[in-house]
Amino acid sequence: MNIRGIVDKMKTPFEKGQKLEKLYPAFNAFETFLFVPNHTSKTGAHIRDAIDLKRVMITVIIALMPALIYGIYNTGYQYLYQTGESFNTIDAMLHGSYKIIPMIAVSYIVGLGIEFAFAVFRGHQVNEGYLVTGLLIPMIMPVDIPLWMVGISVAFAVLIGKEAFGGTGMNILNPALTARAFAFFAYPTYMSGNQVWVSEASNVDGVSGETILGMLAAGNSPDQYSMLDMFIGSIPGSIAETSTLMVLIGAFILIYTGVGSWRIMLGSIIGAALTGFLFNLWGANELMSFNWFNQLIVGGFAFGVVFMATDPVSAAQTLKGKWIYGILVGVFCILIRVFNPAYPEGVMLAILLMNVFAPTIDHYVIESSVKRREKRFLSKLKTA
Amino acid sequence: MSEGIRIKKGLSINIKGVAEKELKKVPLSNQLALILDDFHLVVPKLILKEGDTVKRGQPIFYSKSNERIKFVSPASGIIEKIHRGDRRKILEIIIKTNKDDNSIKHKIPALEKLNSSNIISFLLDSGCWPLIKQRPFDVIANPEALPKSIFISCFDSAPLGVDFEFILKDQIESFRYGLEVLKKITSGNLNIGLSEDQKFLHSELNDFNKNIFSGPHPAGNVGIHIHHLDPISQGESVWVLKPEDVCIIGNLFKTGEYNASRTVAVSGPPVKNPMYFKTTIGTKLSTILKSIEFDNHDEFRIINGDVLSGRKVDKDSYLGFYNNNISVLREGNNYKLFGWIPFINNNVPSIYKSSFGWLTSSRAKDYDTNLNGEERAFVVTGEMEKFFPMDIYPMQLIKECMTGNIEKMERLGIYEVAPEDFGLIDYASSSKIEAQSIVRDGLDYLIKETL
Repeated sequence: MNIRGIVDKMKTPFEKGQKLEKLYPAFNAFETFLFVPNHTSKTGAHIRDAIDLKRVMITVIIALMPALIYGIYNTGYQYLYQTGESFNTIDAMLHGSYKIIPMIAVSYIVGLGIEFAFAVFRGHQVNEGYLVTGLLIPMIMPVDIPLWMVGISVAFAVLIGKEAFGGTGMNILNPALTARAFAFFAYPTYMSGNQVWVSEASNVDGVSGETILGMLAAGNSPDQYSMLDMFIGSIPGSIAETSTLMVLIGAFILIYTGVGSWRIMLGSIIGAALTGFLFNLWGANELMSFNWFNQLIVGGFAFGVVFMATDPVSAAQTLKGKWIYGILVGVFCILIRVFNPAYPEGVMLAILLMNVFAPTIDHYVIESSVKRREKRFLSKLKTA
Repeated sequence: MSEGIRIKKGLSINIKGVAEKELKKVPLSNQLALILDDFHLVVPKLILKEGDTVKRGQPIFYSKSNERIKFVSPASGIIEKIHRGDRRKILEIIIKTNKDDNSIKHKIPALEKLNSSNIISFLLDSGCWPLIKQRPFDVIANPEALPKSIFISCFDSAPLGVDFEFILKDQIESFRYGLEVLKKITSGNLNIGLSEDQKFLHSELNDFNKNIFSGPHPAGNVGIHIHHLDPISQGESVWVLKPEDVCIIGNLFKTGEYNASRTVAVSGPPVKNPMYFKTTIGTKLSTILKSIEFDNHDEFRIINGDVLSGRKVDKDSYLGFYNNNISVLREGNNYKLFGWIPFINNNVPSIYKSSFGWLTSSRAKDYDTNLNGEERAFVVTGEMEKFFPMDIYPMQLIKECMTGNIEKMERLGIYEVAPEDFGLIDYASSSKIEAQSIVRDGLDYLIKETL
């Protein structure tokens, strides 16, 4: 028997009127994972594009892979480098995998568990959005965060950040950033400071695991790192945010396939570069005089604008709005970095802030079209 | 001649099996039908009953909402059968034709002496009225309210679109005469939409108001022409006609007879000899399709109209009232193992470069009817805007149509759109949203609540 035959046989108890009917959405998720269904267009256009949400989401996951693999390597590298033992790439990868793969597993088990439960409860298909969210959440956490905190953050993000608003497509905030913000405010000692960014740094005496932005905020200049280090990403930070190079490869995949919004990415870079440049001219402290180009390649800026700000649901939804939204994300990211040294990483809060304002941006963009229509209508009334 | 208007947003879909410019005359089929689905929202009141003989041009039923709007027989014969559905709703009226070709002969009017209300009355009496549709709402025009302008799009940018220049070539005199008639109805403009390369029509229509449109589909959609030349505000209406229907009106005013001839292209990937046929409105499809050779395949879908906005019909059904094309597609009711993974299934074309299909994007492709996914919530935002060349936000409008918020629908421009303008959105939506039917329901709701 071929695979299709087996699946068809398994499907019988889940069909209408059968005993497992209620669990159909869960089975459907499994079935459509294996096969694109044989559904044909019923109303409307008779031909349909090959794209669907599964393909959109999997494209994002492919785009995340370079950053994830480098993140795994860097986690091991940062740890082993500071212990002073000699090591090779494989050692670093092994240590990184040992730390990170359990986090990804927890994120997917908890998150998908909730998604499946809601799908069955509400009787709709399982949406694919969590495949991306579930991978993003561990990638933006500090490496030493306990797994139960990952689990609670995921549950908070999916329940309060997404399902409470009505599920996929309805959420105001980016769920992955909601998880990070939750962990940040609930467990600040695990999420900020000097000790959390390098695996087990606190166990190694005399080791500084500060991020570059942390050093700058404390008034020190990060002289031990070159611009190349920052670009390649061999610096402390959240798991997958450090390598601008790997993020750029991901950005290339997103833009090339047309899945990610280049308007938001370019807008953010323009906004951040301009703001950074203006602060360079002012130059009142270490953070302000930190080279504007370096601002773009340290911290989570690149990762945030490529993978988080471009989330199509929580970003502005109109094409013009996406430009405005992107530019403002960039501007606020640098503003928060410079003016809020208690929390030197600005990109998370900048994106969450703009998520909240995205509907307002769209409102004004759409309103301008509505105004043109009303004006035309009123001028007709006058001449008539 | 006005300056050309270039459409930037949109997509031209290149499908295999475009009709060759070769015309075959099909003899009158022994059965014809009027399909009520063609006349959206018309509630028919029968004048004739089963078994009555009928002449060409003789009214069979009229519209309950306005009894001046009559629907006439496209050929002479006997009313063989009136198919009814649930609650005795009339679905189809089948006419068994005879060879006598008896027709109703109207007195040929002197066009120069007629004013717009005489012309409208004559069109109503002769049964030509249903050929004129109106925007807003995309329904048969209301004869009681004069339009601010009339639009005719003479090119079809839809996938497998027909070549109206070819169709009009041997009936250009009737076309021009029909345009003269229409010109007298409206005090506004009679706007004709042409593409740049229609040399013949450009030279023949010098005394009319020509507008050139270029760019990808939907550049040929009449709704796009209206939006760019004379957009509709609340309380206004515009009438639209298909080019060959103008010829029918021209013929009526020349000969005094209703002549329901129709040129139709049969096209699509499984069609081996795509070509044009000269036939009659309502012809039994089998009389046309028997001259067509198909690829070896089990299941085909026959579509009255184009592949984006046409209506699926049975193969023993009948040619629709308005369409100049019959599209044929393979049914895509097969499963695809891991078909959702990017760069697998490269033979299914995509606007996203998530398969290698784009490498051969200039080549005409074979499309089938598979949805290529399942319906999901709106997630990928901004994608609809890229295929909607109007100053209207399609996703927001669709959402308001779903919630039925009339005030917001009006503000977002519902009066300017017709379902067919959303054809590409149906095609391109990654969430597999049925935009056209949502907009149709929205328009119907608006009619119900406001008129």
